[in-house]
Parts: sequence; structure tokens; C-alpha cells
Amino acid sequence: MAQIRIQNLRKDFGAFTAVRSSSFTIEDGEFFMLLGPSGCGKTTTLRMMAGLELPTSGEIYIDGEEVAQKRASQRDIAFVFQMFALYPHMTVRGNIGYPLRSQGMSRAETGVRVQEVARILGIEAILDKSIGGLSSGDRQRVALGRAIVRRPKAFFMDEPLGALDAEFREHMAEELRALHDRMGATTVYVTHDQLEAMQMGDKIVVMNHGVVEQFGVPQDIYDWPATMFVANFIGSPSMNFLRFDGMVGAGSQSVDLSGVPVEIPLSRDGASGRLVLGVRPEHVRLDDGSRYRALVLATEYLGTTQIVTLSAAHGEIKARLPADRHVGVGETVGLRFDPRTITLFEGERGRALRSAANERSLGHV
Amino acid sequence: MSSTSITEPSAGQKWFAGALVVAYALISILPLVWIIATGFKTPSDAIAYPPKVVFEPTLEGYVNLFTTRTRQPPEVMAANPPETWYDRIVAQYDMTIVGPSRFGERFLNSVVIGFGSTFLSVFLGTFAAYAFSRFRIPAKDDLLFFILSTRMMPPIAVAIPIFLMYRAVGLSDTHAGMILLYTAVNLSLSVWLLKGFIDEIPVEYEEAALIDGYTRFQAFYKVVLPQAATGIASTAIFCLIFAWNEYAFAVLLTSGQAQTAPPFIPTIIGVGGQDWPAVAAGATLFLLPVMVFTILLRKHLLRGITFGAVRK
Repeated sequence: MAQIRIQNLRKDFGAFTAVRSSSFTIEDGEFFMLLGPSGCGKTTTLRMMAGLELPTSGEIYIDGEEVAQKRASQRDIAFVFQMFALYPHMTVRGNIGYPLRSQGMSRAETGVRVQEVARILGIEAILDKSIGGLSSGDRQRVALGRAIVRRPKAFFMDEPLGALDAEFREHMAEELRALHDRMGATTVYVTHDQLEAMQMGDKIVVMNHGVVEQFGVPQDIYDWPATMFVANFIGSPSMNFLRFDGMVGAGSQSVDLSGVPVEIPLSRDGASGRLVLGVRPEHVRLDDGSRYRALVLATEYLGTTQIVTLSAAHGEIKARLPADRHVGVGETVGLRFDPRTITLFEGERGRALRSAANERSLGHV
Repeated sequence: MSSTSITEPSAGQKWFAGALVVAYALISILPLVWIIATGFKTPSDAIAYPPKVVFEPTLEGYVNLFTTRTRQPPEVMAANPPETWYDRIVAQYDMTIVGPSRFGERFLNSVVIGFGSTFLSVFLGTFAAYAFSRFRIPAKDDLLFFILSTRMMPPIAVAIPIFLMYRAVGLSDTHAGMILLYTAVNLSLSVWLLKGFIDEIPVEYEEAALIDGYTRFQAFYKVVLPQAATGIASTAIFCLIFAWNEYAFAVLLTSGQAQTAPPFIPTIIGVGGQDWPAVAAGATLFLLPVMVFTILLRKHLLRGITFGAVRK
């Protein structure tokens, strides 16, 4: 098992830069998520780590060894592809044993290893079936089996659950995470699904336009986004952005929102001009005593909670409220934002301003 | 039961479709049947009017195809009574066999040139198609168009320059020259067809093999080739059919040494009157290799034609 360190990794395809300059470290045994919208460079990053693409520049260390320009087969890693890449003309047994036999392992020893992997994955019963007749879940397990059987230093997975239907995905995600916990192998997992990333990952890297936007544990990324992109990409509904012109001084604890003072975490940075106040829907409360007023546009009932859409001076705001709180459409209400959870962004580049609350979480970037 | 089903054709529709297919098959096969039948007729039966559908079969045509004969005076015929069945056939016309014809030789030339150029076209085509399918090649689309553009005029349009060039470099009337020529004509088709087939094979298969410890060439050989077998087979059939049947270049560029069967068969007719049965026999034998080859690869061909139409 291995620690993987990425340093200033860059990949150009002709004039197009897929990955600009990525740096992050994956600790030994971590379940690590590469998250971002399609085309953000997450898959290219993973393929460079696996040796399927050669980086234009930068270094990749697996277990301290620099491998950026080495062949895929020399890196001792396993790759699970989105469409499984199982050989249709072989049985399950043949597919799982394939990587061992291609390394020249004896038939007997291969058989023992395949049996062992089948037991771990609970697919002993289908070992002699052909791939064609398998359900997508079983195919996924066989693909995992083929990766596990070599006992590689790390597992790389490119949206391995993307081909499964929603219901089964959930189940497979749990199974995958349980498998990881049992084996303790370093796993790098690419996904565009923020829920999947939050649910399964020990750590998450959020990428956009070939740039690492943020790197950290799921909770930090959700609570203390480093950029407006991350704030918007993670969470559903996403973070509310209240755009305003104003200023905030280092050490100040409130901002002025069109004449209404709003409490914020103790600011470390100072900024002025176009600013954005970010607050998650669950941190918006109704408070008739507040001078910050908004008009109720719509309510969406979700069982235990409801999403209330409001129109305020700084645009549309969504609030997640308890389902039993009665809110009438057309009512004007006062809003209060939980001061401990607010993030301020400078409006031009969308970067979060440092405060007493988020400075620890942003330390990674 | 479900006679009202929208997707399932009714019994009447099925019967009509079946009848249509059978009728089309009969019409298509008629000339073929006629040629095969003519090969077993006597020359007089072959030109009889109205045409004879029922006749007494004879191997005269085949004997004439493979032999050269000469007419003998009655005393010579009497002195040498025919010994074998083929001697007896030619003896009816007061002739004796004086040696083999050149058909066997021409046929062998066709086999060497046809299969040789097919092998080369498919071999080179597979590598080229793989490269076009998998690698980032500068100006790839232009190159592919350039390759295809060699098919945008009939090959025979360049016959005269090729004739002159071949004469200058000594490739005229050689097996190598004809193999080279047919390979050049077939290669563009082969690259395009095979590229389509290889594009359909998910690249993940090779990547998985690369990670599992194979080199790029091993991955190509062990993973891509088996899955491209269908495409390779159908491409080979198309290449063989062209090279096997090609007439114009063969007439122009070959004569004594490397002449193939197509330009030879019509010349049979000139030997001793209009010997239609011998021509028909030659045509029948000429059809066989392509027919056998196609039947052997039939499954692949059918799958090959529909390949890519349906995503699995």
C-alpha cells in the first residue's frame, strides 16, 4: 500500500490544457475522491497517475518513487474502468485471473488467488459463468476482482458506478466502501457526483477547468468552501450567494448588507468592492425581528424538511426549514443567517476570504 | 395469437416477405446455375435453341478446359484406341490429347496474386487502422481523406501511367507487380473499414491490458486482434473479391508469366470453334475459391455488416 503525491502536474493536449497545475497528497490507505464537473481534468489526472497518459510536466510519487514518465505496468496499480473492460470471450474466472497469468504466474497459484478474491467479493457461485450473462452489479464485482487479485499498491477507479442504475449504485457504493475498509488499500476514485464523493471519500479534491479548487475532508469542503465554484458545486440546493458592494476589514465581525448589519465570523482578510456573502440553505432562519426582509416565492415539501425559495434585495435565497414550520407563499418574512457558518468571497475571483472559522480548513490549499 | 400486434408481422406479411426473398434468390442464382449447367453440356447442347434444360451431362467441357488437343487422320485414330475416359471423350471428335492447357497455371497465378494481395492489404490495413484509431496523429483527418481519395476515380484511369512505370521498373507481368498493384488499390478500403471496426472496440480493454503488464504491441496482439476478427474477415472478403475478379489491369499488365484467370478464360473460346462448355467450366472453377472463402467467413461477414449498427 502506498502514499501518492502529485506535484505541479500539468497536461496539454495541443493548445488545450486539461490539467493546469495540480498538487495534492493521498495518504496511505485513504479513500480519495477526485470530484468535478465533466471536462474538469479529474479523469486526465487519474490517467496520468495510472500511466495511461504521460504528463506534460510535473511529478507523481508512488511510495516515494517518481513514476511520472514510467509505463503503466511498472507502477503496480490497478484500474477499474467505468464500463468494466471485461473480456467478453472469457469466463469470470478467466477475467479475474487474467492479470496474474499475464505476469506469468502458474495456473495453480492463479487458481488459489482467484478463489480467494471470489470469496472476498461473494462471487464464488458465478466463477464459471461467461461475462455476457451477468448483471451489471456482478460485472462490477468481477471488474473489482480483477483489480484486487494482483494486490497492487493502489486502486484507481474512473466513475466505476457510472454504468449502474441509481438504486443499485447506492448499494454498490456501500459495498465498495466496506471493501476498502477491509482491505485498507489506497484508493483514488473519480466522480462527478458530489453525493457519492461525500458519502464514500476520506478526502476530496475538487477540480474545475484543470485547476484544483480545494482539497480536504468532505466536511471541511462542505462547510468551508475555498471558492465560489466549490460552494456552488457541493450541496443541494447549493449555497446561497448574496452579492453586494461594500467592504470588510481584517478583524471585523459584521458586514453591511444594504444598510442591514449581518454578523460574520471574525475576518482575517480585508477586502472591498464587489463581495459575496455565502450561506447554506440550512443556515437561513426565519426571524420576524430581522430587518433583512424577503418575499416567499415557493415552497417545496421534502418530508422532514422543506425548501423555501425567497426573493430578497440581493437575489433569490433558498432556505431549508423544518417541514412543520408553516410558510405562506406571498408572505414577507425576516431572515437571519447563522453567523458561525457564513463564508465571505471576494467577488472578482471568487476566492473565500479567511476568517477565524475557515482558516484551518483552507490551510491545505 | 397476437395477430393484432404492431411490431410482429402477420402470417400473411411473413409469407409475402418470404416469397419475395425466395424469388429474388432464384433470379440472382439463375445465371450461376446456367453457367454451371453449361459446363456439363456438349458444345451442341450448349448452343441448342430452344435452350436445353434437361440434357445428358458430360465432362467434355472440363477435359477441353485442361487440355490441348489436335485432330488426327482416321488411320492414326484406329491405330491408337483411347485408353482413358478423357481420351474417349476427345476421340469422339477424332482428336487426341497432346498436353495440358495453361488453365491450371493461370488459376494458380490468380490464387497467388489474389490471396497474396488480400493478405498484404489486411495486414497493412490493420496496423494503419489501429494507428489512426488509437493515436494522436497530426493532420489525421487530412491523411484519412487523402487515403480515401485514391478511390475517388476508377483505378483504371491511371492504367497507362502504371503500364509505363511497370515496364520501366520491370514489374510488368510479374506476380510481385500484380500483388503490389492490387494491394495499393485495396489498402484505402481496408484502412477505412478496419478503422471503423477498431473504433468500436473500447480502448479500455487495451488500457486494462497495459496496466496488467502488457506492452502496447502485446495488448494489440492479444486484446485488439481477437476482437477485430470479424472486421478483419469481412475486409479480407472484400479485398479478395476485388483482386480475384479484377480484369482490366490483368489484361493490360500480364501476358505470359503472371496472367490471372480472368483474362485467360475468354481466350479459351478461340481454341477450335466456340467451345462454350469449356468457358463455362473455367468460370465455374474460377468461382469456387471465392465462394468457399466467403462461406467459411460467412458468419463474420454477416456480423461484420451489422457491426456498429447496434450498441451492445
